[in-house]
Amino acid sequence: MSAVRVLIVDDHRLFRSGVRAELGDSVEVIGEAEDVESAVAAIADLRPDVVLLDVHMPGGGGQEVLRRVLGSGSQVRFLALSVSDAAEDVIGVIRGGARGYVTKTISGRELTDAIRRVADGDAVFSPRLAGFVLDAFASSEAPPIDPELDSLTQREREVLRLIARGYAYKEIAKELFISVKTVETHVSSVLRKLQLSNRHELSRWATARRLV
Amino acid sequence: MRRGVVTCDDAGVMADRTTIRDTAPLAPEEPVPPRLTRPVEGRLVAGVAQAAATQLGLDPVVLRLAFVLLTVLDGIGAVAYAALWMFTPREPYEGREPARDWSQLAAYAAIGLALLALGWLTGASAGGIGAWPIAVGGIGSLILWQQADPDRRQRWVSTTVGQVRRNRVRTFAGLVLVVVGAIGFLAANNELGKARPGIVFTLVVVGGVALIAAPWLAGLWKELQRERRERIRQEERAEVAAHVHDSVLHTLTLIQRNVHDAREVMRLARSQERELRNWLYQPKQDADISLAAAVRRVAAEEEDAHGVPIEVVCVGDRPLTPELSAMMQAARQAMVNAAKYSGSSVVSVYAEAEPEEVTVFVRDRGAGFVMEEVPADRMGIRQSIIGRMERNGGGARVRTAPGEGTEVMLTMKVEKT
Repeated sequence: MSAVRVLIVDDHRLFRSGVRAELGDSVEVIGEAEDVESAVAAIADLRPDVVLLDVHMPGGGGQEVLRRVLGSGSQVRFLALSVSDAAEDVIGVIRGGARGYVTKTISGRELTDAIRRVADGDAVFSPRLAGFVLDAFASSEAPPIDPELDSLTQREREVLRLIARGYAYKEIAKELFISVKTVETHVSSVLRKLQLSNRHELSRWATARRLV
Repeated sequence: MRRGVVTCDDAGVMADRTTIRDTAPLAPEEPVPPRLTRPVEGRLVAGVAQAAATQLGLDPVVLRLAFVLLTVLDGIGAVAYAALWMFTPREPYEGREPARDWSQLAAYAAIGLALLALGWLTGASAGGIGAWPIAVGGIGSLILWQQADPDRRQRWVSTTVGQVRRNRVRTFAGLVLVVVGAIGFLAANNELGKARPGIVFTLVVVGGVALIAAPWLAGLWKELQRERRERIRQEERAEVAAHVHDSVLHTLTLIQRNVHDAREVMRLARSQERELRNWLYQPKQDADISLAAAVRRVAAEEEDAHGVPIEVVCVGDRPLTPELSAMMQAARQAMVNAAKYSGSSVVSVYAEAEPEEVTVFVRDRGAGFVMEEVPADRMGIRQSIIGRMERNGGGARVRTAPGEGTEVMLTMKVEKT
């Protein structure tokens, strides 16, 4: 298996070099970018497998990068990496097309795992993101418009709860007597719902959490 | 550290700059002819007569008598006084303002009243009576003017002057109307039978005044709005600066002092991070009434006490009841155990409020233990966690094995909200 090619996008130079050092040889860091413009250019230029994307950046932030790159039909995969815990940011960047969200306090080994997972087309949920999703999908009183997209299955809920409790995918698989692959399938399915559901509650919920 | 300091300095510089910009219009750089100013010392009403006397090289008494006489005759003295009051800036005066010489003022008032009485007794036409309301109104508005703080008044004046300069034609037309109207009004007043032209001219006066005043009032309004916005911005900036100073800068200093104590540095950094996050992102919740806020507070306190990061995820929320408070105490004990004895580098806490049940999980990836081997007299798990939950109508389950970490699960049935 060839090493995953990674591009680091973050406006803090210190943080970029820190991530580079933490990742070591486990993945191949092919470049860095420090703002929206250079990120879009570098993605077109270097064609990385995974882009580690900061949420807050000059020039529109991670969401602007997602909009411009994915809008042009690129298949590159994004993993959002941020210090922000704001629901709006987390939900916003996932709805923008990122395949995962982890906070910057994540350890190097966990980050490598997350990058591999995203490169394989799976989704990566931090405990906090799982909590947000459970909260957002539970908070609606209104009946779902599209039942397939607008609500979580019992199994998906269980998986998300375990993620929120701090379980790794392997531990979840053991706990629920299913394979890791099945856990990944469930998480990817939740990601799809999160991205495609037209429920206004999602964005409204995220905004309300900030405003309350 | 540097970053923090720069931010703080920036705020200071910005504040300074604002102040400078605010006062700039008051101190134009081009040389200006000595302006009429109203002295504070020796004034009787507002120092207008003194100011005018200085300018004309006369004794203030002469001018005071002139104002009184003109006021008694047709009220125009009061109006002139009012106008001068409004457009003459007060002389800067430091320290306690000297009191007015009320006896002198009373003397002038007596002269005025005497003249008025004389005029009335001799049946001389008291042409001034018609102008009295205007004079009274003028003085009233000037008292209001006087109440406004000097800064704001200065700004009003500067806006007015600017307005007048910008709209010369308009101001001139308005003035012409006012003058024509005033003359007409007085002329018509002398011929009482012809009330109609009087009304017409009154309207002309009002129109003229409106013409002059409208842009001025609009400018004033805009100015007030701008001032208000600026004040809000400044207050916010001050609040941010104060917060950064009290929290972040303070912590950074502490971290520098504790560089050799890795654990303490970690604790300080985590604690500051949490505090800042709460300030930036968390809705303001009261830890005495909200379950989620209570979980976060307990975790924060134990994290601070033991120096082990405690990651909290909350789903849903509900008001805190006595049972849930007991549950918080059990959760606290579970966190203490995990942070103190497990050796795990991080503790995960997950709290979920469902319509009929609240669950809290406290998990570590530390040493784990064998439940049966815990001595019966150890209060921690049996009493503080399991016993407490059961006494309050809830339940607790502990899952652990050596090398597999520990997870404490607390459940409590609640009334459906």
